[in-house]
Amino acid sequence: MRLKTTLFGHTYAFKDVKEVLAKANEEKSGDILAGVAAESTVERIAAKTVLADMTLEDLRNNPVVPYEDDDITRVDQDSVDEEVFGRIKAMTVGEFREFLLSASEKEIAAIRPALTSEIVAAVAKLMSNMDLVYAAKKMHVEATCNTTIGKPGTLSSRLQPNHATDDVAGIMASVMEGISYGVGDAVIGLNPAVDAIDSVADILKEFKDFMYKWDIPTQNCVLAHVTTQMKVLERNLAPMDLMFQSLAGSEVASRAFGINVALIDEAYAIMKERKSSTGPNFMYFETGQGSELSADGHHGADQLVMEARCYAFAKRYNPFLVNTVVGFIGPEYLYDGRQMIRAGLEDHFMGKLTGIPMGCDVCYTNHMRADQNDLENLAMMLTMADCNYIMGIPAGDDVMLMYQTTSYHDAAALRRLSGKQTIAPFEKRMKELGIFDELGNLSQIAGDPSLFISREQEMHLRSAV
Amino acid sequence: MMKEEFVPDVSLPEVKDKVLIDNPKSLELVKRLKKTTNARLGVGRAGDRFKTETLLKFRADHAIAQDAVWTEIDESLVDEMGFYKVQTMVNNKEEYVRRPDLGRIFSEETTEAIKRDCIHQPDVQIIVADGLSGFAINANLKDMYAIMMDGFREKKYKVGTPIFVRYSRVATMDRISEALGAKVTIQLIGERPGLATGESMSVYMAYESSPKKPESQRTVVSNIYSNGIPPIEAGAQVVHLTEILMREKKSGVELKI
Repeated sequence: MRLKTTLFGHTYAFKDVKEVLAKANEEKSGDILAGVAAESTVERIAAKTVLADMTLEDLRNNPVVPYEDDDITRVDQDSVDEEVFGRIKAMTVGEFREFLLSASEKEIAAIRPALTSEIVAAVAKLMSNMDLVYAAKKMHVEATCNTTIGKPGTLSSRLQPNHATDDVAGIMASVMEGISYGVGDAVIGLNPAVDAIDSVADILKEFKDFMYKWDIPTQNCVLAHVTTQMKVLERNLAPMDLMFQSLAGSEVASRAFGINVALIDEAYAIMKERKSSTGPNFMYFETGQGSELSADGHHGADQLVMEARCYAFAKRYNPFLVNTVVGFIGPEYLYDGRQMIRAGLEDHFMGKLTGIPMGCDVCYTNHMRADQNDLENLAMMLTMADCNYIMGIPAGDDVMLMYQTTSYHDAAALRRLSGKQTIAPFEKRMKELGIFDELGNLSQIAGDPSLFISREQEMHLRSAV
Repeated sequence: MMKEEFVPDVSLPEVKDKVLIDNPKSLELVKRLKKTTNARLGVGRAGDRFKTETLLKFRADHAIAQDAVWTEIDESLVDEMGFYKVQTMVNNKEEYVRRPDLGRIFSEETTEAIKRDCIHQPDVQIIVADGLSGFAINANLKDMYAIMMDGFREKKYKVGTPIFVRYSRVATMDRISEALGAKVTIQLIGERPGLATGESMSVYMAYESSPKKPESQRTVVSNIYSNGIPPIEAGAQVVHLTEILMREKKSGVELKI
């Protein structure tokens, strides 16, 4: 393995694979904060040049966290199909990039079982933004819960009806308005303000009742900590179509999230037995670059490779949904709109290459140098990349998590701009309800939550002042 | 003379209360639905996009949040109130945002100056930190401080030199507490702004606050601003909590309140 090169008469020497990976990363404030970023723009390109020359075997043999020390490294390494790996291990990362850009969808799918996180991250580092979109568009990953997500020609959305205090009437107001925009075919999924068993169960029931009442083909989920959801299942308190957890890319960082591989194995097992959904895919994971450094569990590695390791962790459970929450973590990890857009494209590409049904929470916080225009740019690019789903929230303003994500309007506009549709049974139902016209676009009556107010709710609303 | 006319102010909170849907099935019920949440519901649409008023309101609410983060704090209030002023290892706003590690520590000279100039072994040490919103400090400090000082005088606590820290993260309270040997340390800090809420402040409190203890040592009161917990009420809460911390000699998760 060669770890040195010269550029413009200057020698650049790197001490190991981890350093090459980190310095080859596009500029991210989180890598600078970690002290692992390239010290100059030319050094960054030198690292990319050295990385392009490494073989996939070099990367496999040098995980950024040792096998003995980390349960996620073990999950990743043990999942490799050795026979397929044998066929591609001599390829350099530079050749692998060209392979992904020129191969067919089928050829790419065939080599996926041979990839480790370090390989996936390495090739992302050699790709330009358009490369990331171009290659991702060739990788469709479908998954089936009650409905099937990720088919070519679809763009789905999660209806995210968050509320400052988890008031059920207030949550359902946002659900009604979201459905009236054709949002929610991926999932109706709430981030609870309070992580408590009873309120989580109540909200799950409320979502399921709404789905039954209006015959909406989708999934329900409340994104509480996995241990809370396990208790709901153990006590049979509510129907649960999807089980959620946030993931990190190392055992140490996972500890900060209160999880490890063994716990998620256990959660998966109980969910498989007690879930209310019909299909083989019933887990939902969220990730995001920078959380490992934030939890002091990055092991001196860059945030992109740590993110790729989250996807290896997720893949173990054949999830229905996985999305990066790309701009949530803050400017010390992703400084501005430019870094946020890059990270969103990288994460989506890496997720698809890993083989998981990837979506994206295209978002930003108020202390980042980013605004609505950056969010819309990334959302349009990801739609072009055939991203499985995005979020949908009232006018883009999350009043509980205090950040901005894609709006109900954005989901509808992106469908119209790209000619994509929601998941077929959902689209059919929206047409029956008159929300979509015959072409699948929003009809005259769309965008009106009062379409979904039942007789009981009307009485309740009228009596509640 | 012509009367000067103003274009309506989109920053007013009541702009969010309007229903902009064209011909809803029931306008009255949409209005009632909106009362159940502060989510931006009932905004209607222009094609698949926001109406102009919705977009302008959103941009205004984001603008005030961004300005809260990036505007240097106006220090005339902390000067007028006689705060002792120090700065972390951070040199400017840009570095503050990028380097949380530097916003938690002081130079040796600064630490020595604090030790030289400030009251040692206080029962109560008050720290004001700009954090992610200087607006929050200037909006809430005066009211809250007066209530707190009244309460502490009544309890006959020995109150330390009030300190203002520029470019500060929460953890500076541990360093100051350690330097001065404080019992209860109270830090008022500007929160990361939400849309249209650049004035929200938090208070972190700890008993014998120390960099050697985990973050869970801290007791927190958050969301202090005119439309959240009003500063006068927050001041009274802090006085009450201080009594508990002084009595129990612990804080944060160790304290079951």
